Amino acid sequence: MSALKKILFSSIGKKYIMAISGFGLIGFLVTHVAGNLTLLSGNPDHINAYAAGLKTTLGPLFYPAEFALVGLFLLHIFLAIYINVVEKKAARPDRYRKPQKGKGGPSKFGIAGSNMIITGGLLGFFVVLHVWQIRLSSEFGSKYTTMLNGKEVADIYRYCVELFASPLTTAFYVGVMVFLGIHLRHGFWSAIQSLGAMKPEWSKAIYGLGLVIAIVLATAFLILPIYMHFDLASKLFAGSH
Amino acid sequence: MANKNFKLEVWRQDGPNAQGNFESFDIEINEHASFLEMLDHLNEQIMNEGGRPIEFDSDCREGICGSCGCVVNGAAHGPERETAVCQLHMRTFQNGETITIEPFRAKAFPIVRDLVVDREAFDRIQEKGGYVSVNTGPKPDANSIKIGKERSDEAFDAATCIGCGACVAACPNASASLFVGARLKHFGLMPQGAPERGRRTLRMVHQMDDEGFGPCSNIGECEAACPKGISISAIAHMKRDFLFANLGFHK
Ligand code: HEM
Ligand code: SF4
Ligand code: FES
Repeated sequence: MSALKKILFSSIGKKYIMAISGFGLIGFLVTHVAGNLTLLSGNPDHINAYAAGLKTTLGPLFYPAEFALVGLFLLHIFLAIYINVVEKKAARPDRYRKPQKGKGGPSKFGIAGSNMIITGGLLGFFVVLHVWQIRLSSEFGSKYTTMLNGKEVADIYRYCVELFASPLTTAFYVGVMVFLGIHLRHGFWSAIQSLGAMKPEWSKAIYGLGLVIAIVLATAFLILPIYMHFDLASKLFAGSH
Repeated sequence: MANKNFKLEVWRQDGPNAQGNFESFDIEINEHASFLEMLDHLNEQIMNEGGRPIEFDSDCREGICGSCGCVVNGAAHGPERETAVCQLHMRTFQNGETITIEPFRAKAFPIVRDLVVDREAFDRIQEKGGYVSVNTGPKPDANSIKIGKERSDEAFDAATCIGCGACVAACPNASASLFVGARLKHFGLMPQGAPERGRRTLRMVHQMDDEGFGPCSNIGECEAACPKGISISAIAHMKRDFLFANLGFHK
């Protein structure tokens, strides 16, 4: 127990948890976007069946899984704030008077690495808003329902159509996904380094892989609002259903 | 051998708790003077006018002792990579340029005066590293312990750390991870340092935290600022060894 406490309360141990929770969140996002991409077909049954299926497939594990996900977010956010606001300030209470200049070369000092708390903070704000809209507000449960194979299910499709009819909402969702990409541009690489799983000869490849993951994940999320806003499904699949 | 003119903004602070501020100076100096020679020259100028010279640390002036160090134009040891500030030359700067000079800033490196900071926190971390077991008796044959070339190179690269503290100064979080990682990697990779590997890691990491250095956010500015170009793979080594030591894999 005391060994565990010693790990967790050390500066290095906190970053193990940041990294593991970050990987957990990336894993969640991968499954989330895979489900969302069923929207692309333009057939409301696909996404609605996927959403309804989540609950039945996971069965009694649905609420524990949801609980674990909330836990991951809370851990990640709590430590992010502690590290970046409390510890960072404490370690350099007297700041440089002239702004720091990166020396380039091997350094990753830049937009992504230096603004994790800002990109992450916006993601956190978005997640609260998003979960409120879809999962918690009572309006959603009563207003958006439809019939699927003789059962009443949530009509996610119609909800998305109405949500992304607004250009403002569409732009906001797209913007947040750009921030997600920036967060992961540093985050993926950083998590591997935090766990000490880095070898010098892999460093470049992993940093590159981080960029690929950031772009793929952000793009996969970001095309959905655009796709829905411009109703591209009906243009692409005109006449097919 | 052209002379150049510079405007300097130098941090002046009378003592650890005194209020500091920038003081401006104009200087004309040979462009092949080193940065510290330029400061020496400036101090002559200040003393001739009856002022208090600027205090700064230096010893070897050939980039091997780790005594010197300040932040020049927002970069620890100045703009050149793999260069301690004693090895920086005025030809690096444009004629007429304004150069700002600040001390390394970190809670664990309190300012003593002007550009001099107290880096004893590093010594205390190092002391926590403890001893390396050595068998008594006659000197063993140098070839009796076989060490692979790659491994000895890696350990040697880590061993080139001169303990200057630029990594702390350059880190946005004032983390000492590169210094501690370099020490741990240097000893941890060698068979002579293996028996105490786990203990050393735990003690040095906890001392690093206790001294008030910040956490590592993997930004890597330390590596760019390090006059010896020590790679942050030393930090990965430390993080890995810290886990293994806690799990009991390394004693
Ligand atoms: C939406 C899902 C999110 C994912 C997939 C994600 C992923 C990651 C990953 C992989 C890391 C690297 C961990 C490491 O450095 O060891 C990281 C770091 C970080 N995350 Fe997130 N994150 C998410 C949400 C958030 C949120 C909501 C915040 C809120 C404040 C946040 C703040 C941070 C900060 C500040 C860091 C850097 C920690 C440091 O300074 O070392 N993240 N994130
Ligand atoms: S790791 Fe590099 S920057 Fe840090 S103390 Fe050692 S030599 Fe100086
Ligand atoms: S004075 Fe020795 S390294 Fe600069």
